[in-house]
Amino acid sequence: MSRPRVFLVDDHSMFRSGVRSELAGAVDIVGEAADVGPAVAQIAESLPEVVLLDVHLPGGGGQDVVAAIKAEHPDVKFLALSASDAPEDVIAVIRAGARGYVTKTISGTELIDAIGRVAAGDAVFSPRLAGFVLDAFSAGLPAGLDRPSFDPELDQLTGREREVLRLIARGYTYREVAKELFISVKTVESHVSSVLRKLQLSSRHQLTRWAAERRLT
Amino acid sequence: MPSDPWEPPGTGQGHWTARLERHGIRLTRGPVSRGPLRRAHDGQLFGGVAAGLAMRTGFSVGLIRVAIVVLALVSTGYLAMPYVLAWLFIPADGAESNIASKALTDKRGIGLAAGLTSVLVVVFVIASALNVSWLPALPVIVCAAALVLISRNASEDELTYLRSLADPAGLTSTAPRSRRVLRYAIGALLITAGLYALLQGHERLALLRPLAGVMLLVGGIALALGPWWLRIAREAVAERQARIRAEERAEMASRVHDSVLQTLALIQRRAGDQQQVIQLARAQERELRAWLFDGRPPGSMQGQAATVADGVRLIQQEVESQHGLAVDAVTVGDCELDDDMSALLAAAREATVNAAKWSGADTVSLFAEVEPDSVSIFVRDRGQGFDPAAVPADRKGLAESVRARLARRGGSATIRSSPGEGTEVSLCMPRSADDRMSRRS
Repeated sequence: MSRPRVFLVDDHSMFRSGVRSELAGAVDIVGEAADVGPAVAQIAESLPEVVLLDVHLPGGGGQDVVAAIKAEHPDVKFLALSASDAPEDVIAVIRAGARGYVTKTISGTELIDAIGRVAAGDAVFSPRLAGFVLDAFSAGLPAGLDRPSFDPELDQLTGREREVLRLIARGYTYREVAKELFISVKTVESHVSSVLRKLQLSSRHQLTRWAAERRLT
Repeated sequence: MPSDPWEPPGTGQGHWTARLERHGIRLTRGPVSRGPLRRAHDGQLFGGVAAGLAMRTGFSVGLIRVAIVVLALVSTGYLAMPYVLAWLFIPADGAESNIASKALTDKRGIGLAAGLTSVLVVVFVIASALNVSWLPALPVIVCAAALVLISRNASEDELTYLRSLADPAGLTSTAPRSRRVLRYAIGALLITAGLYALLQGHERLALLRPLAGVMLLVGGIALALGPWWLRIAREAVAERQARIRAEERAEMASRVHDSVLQTLALIQRRAGDQQQVIQLARAQERELRAWLFDGRPPGSMQGQAATVADGVRLIQQEVESQHGLAVDAVTVGDCELDDDMSALLAAAREATVNAAKWSGADTVSLFAEVEPDSVSIFVRDRGQGFDPAAVPADRKGLAESVRARLARRGGSATIRSSPGEGTEVSLCMPRSADDRMSRRS
């Protein structure tokens, strides 16, 4: 497998150089930017496979970068990388189109692994993101009170998806999840991608409500 | 007065002095304290002047209070002045200086007092125009001005006490809506009645002439002095806001000092020990983030957690700072912490600490999920693991105590582990019925 071409967006130069040295040899870093405007311009130019994206940027949220690039270049994939714990920010970037979310405390090898997964078109769920999603999809109203959306399929997780997310939240790797549930790693990946799709496409009233409540507390 | 059934015979009912004594009024002199006259904190009602006098003279506080009130009433208020002035000039017990010396440097306070004085003078001038007696004017003006100075320059303790006094009177608290509505209604009624009475007498316009004069006077004075009063009021508001801002800044500084600066100092001292530095930085990062994003001030987790999610965070912080490994905590949902949930959290803490001590892993995953009927917590590490069947009898303590403790409350615990694969402890506790009810409603 050829080395994935990666672009770094983060407003801390210290952090960028740290990631750069950690990833050296495993990926090709084709550029880096510190803010929304330059990032959008340079990504459109260098067209990397994966953009490592900080959720918080001085000129706006990471979701602005995702939205601007996705409109022109749908093939560029995004992996959110953040120190922020605020769930609504993370969900916003995912809903804008990022393929996954990992925390900045992730180890180098795990990050390389995650980049490879995103480059291959899969989703990357850290335990924390899995927890957020479970929370968002289980929170709230009895079914009758919720505003029906155009596709009820998108509004809830299947039992299997829930099981997969729970195991990820418990700290299992995809391989361990597969072993635990007697399914293949590919099947785990497809479940996770399906959850990601639901997260991005659901017009679910509850998702926004959940995020709004989170912001209040 | 009704007799008190618990009163021992012979102490209360017999003599009127004894009866007074039960209300704190004693006619005989008690022990006298030496030393300078001070306003006392103990037994203080307003300024503590009476209590101070009582301590100094040996008479009871109640007697002195009665005397002050009677004298003030008899003198149509003139003898209330000495009380307020004593408040201003006698230092509080334990204080270095009196309020008056502080008030001398308080330019805004003096301005405010002067403004209030001028307002009151105007009011009394108008009142005298309406043939109302001038008599109580001086004490009211002097007391009001002195009280302004007191309220701005008294010590913080005293101010807190005064605020608590004023609160029941509704001066600082916002009155309930119904009461405000009532006030407006009565006000409107009075105005209507007054206008009606005035218009009734319109055939005798001569009677209205003094009133017109009074209104012209009020208008003239308001025009002349109004801007000055307004400026004083505005300055007082601005100063209050500045003080609030300064307080906030001081609070922020102390919080940052207690948390971030302390940690930075520790990091500098332990710069050689990488593990320690990482651990300190991680604990500090979490604390700071909890403060900035969740509004939980540093140190507030020291007490009891209020909810399951709080408890999980507490475990995470404790284990991270005490054992120097990362705890990856994820919670889904939340609920109140009752006895069952506390037992569950205690078990989770024990399992997490155990993983930190024995597994050899550098990360422990802690996952808690609150479901409608039960709460589950999973503690997982990727450490060395063990063979549960081969655990020696004397090391079974954890498993057995955790399992037994949860079982007593209807919960369960399972431990999965194998050498080289790490360990996972699963804990589950059903939620109590009324807890579920409260969640539904």
